[in-house]
Amino acid sequence: MKITGKTRNRHRRFDGLGLLFLCLIFCLIALLGAILCITPGTTPGTTPGLADAVSSLQAQSGVESPVTAVLLNFRGYDTLLEVMVLLLAVIGVWSLTKAPLSWQKVDISPVQMGVVRLLAPVLCLVAAYLVWQGSHLAGGAFQGGAILGAAGVLLLVSELDWPRAVPALVLRIGLVLGPLVFVGIALCCLFFTGDLLAYPGGTAGWLILLIETACALSIGLTLALLFGGGRPEDDVSDGDIS
Amino acid sequence: MITTLLYSLTGMILFGMGLFTLIIHSHPLRKILAVNVMATGVFLILVATAYIPLGQGEIDPVPHAMVLTGIVVSVSVTALALILACRVQETSNLALLKKTKPSQATKEIKA
Amino acid sequence: MTYSILTLFDIILVLTLLWLGWRLLSSEDIFKAVILFISFGLLMALAWVRMRAPDVALAEAALGAGLTGPLFLSALRRMNRTRKGERRLDSDENRNEDHRKDSKQTQAV
Repeated sequence: MKITGKTRNRHRRFDGLGLLFLCLIFCLIALLGAILCITPGTTPGTTPGLADAVSSLQAQSGVESPVTAVLLNFRGYDTLLEVMVLLLAVIGVWSLTKAPLSWQKVDISPVQMGVVRLLAPVLCLVAAYLVWQGSHLAGGAFQGGAILGAAGVLLLVSELDWPRAVPALVLRIGLVLGPLVFVGIALCCLFFTGDLLAYPGGTAGWLILLIETACALSIGLTLALLFGGGRPEDDVSDGDIS
Repeated sequence: MITTLLYSLTGMILFGMGLFTLIIHSHPLRKILAVNVMATGVFLILVATAYIPLGQGEIDPVPHAMVLTGIVVSVSVTALALILACRVQETSNLALLKKTKPSQATKEIKA
Repeated sequence: MTYSILTLFDIILVLTLLWLGWRLLSSEDIFKAVILFISFGLLMALAWVRMRAPDVALAEAALGAGLTGPLFLSALRRMNRTRKGERRLDSDENRNEDHRKDSKQTQAV
């Protein structure tokens, strides 16, 4: 079988198995929909959920935004593991391949370079604002990190090969900064309060902001390097054809 | 209520469409796209179930936090899957490069 | 059940989402599918706002549409480049020509 930019299956009529499969999926969706509509306990919008539990503990969480409180205080475990997943993804990508040496040997127009010069600092500012805003409104480490990552991608597609320009050690430190700060604070909490990620009273707000800032930096770097598509090393001596 | 139902059903249909495409189509990028659409369907069901109309109470933030986590994880999984797909194609070059001349193909393998 | 003007908005949004989803999953050209996926992600962000989940909407707009799309596009370019046995893809015209050649070949087969 040949892999190309197009799918060929569409030219072929779906055979009997495909139709059977389509019917099966349709039945599955109909069944799930019927269950959702009929069963009283799962009728959407009527289950109490955890809204009351969260709002009753909101004052202790150190932040005003309920989603940030859940993400970084009540269910901090999830976020810690999520940051680890991101780190694992970038380790996986780097161990699989090298970054392509150059994207496209074209002259970047001065207009594009001007726009990039204007946009990149603004994106960093927006990212910082989103992280700061996360304590009381929508926003937080992931949104801020995503904007930072977008800034990195913008530089990459404009032929500014910053992953190769930055020293390798700095890149690696940047990647593990967020997870390290997170794990460090979690272990300190374990030492002082006896529970992992149970922030000592009064310090929760600042600790969350610290974790969010470090994580946003690492997440941004991770996402941009994931787009870079491999480890940024100069030597292309061994078998990689990329 | 009607809103929740509408969006939950949409999530289910998206999930079903994604599952169908995942199995029917052979191109790896299409499969990864299908998995992304499936994930979106699941997120839609989760968030729709937590929805309460404006003025009728607080929204449950736990599903939102879960979906936020899920979106970030799905992006990193997508990146890893795409690189894997690229590597599969690069390393199985011999079978795939039918159009190139044999000499070119061997050069590609040696390079 | 209460119906309002927002219900109409919901129905239009849901139908658009489903249509885009189907188009992106069944279109012949993967490039087109990726572009449709980006617009699908942006409309999803609208749906998250409608569901009163602004955090999710922000993340979806930035990650789902802003980063997943470019990831797919760069992977597509990389795969096309290796398929053609070249170091890089020269231009969009080449890509289209290549596809046309492909479809002709398929028809011939």
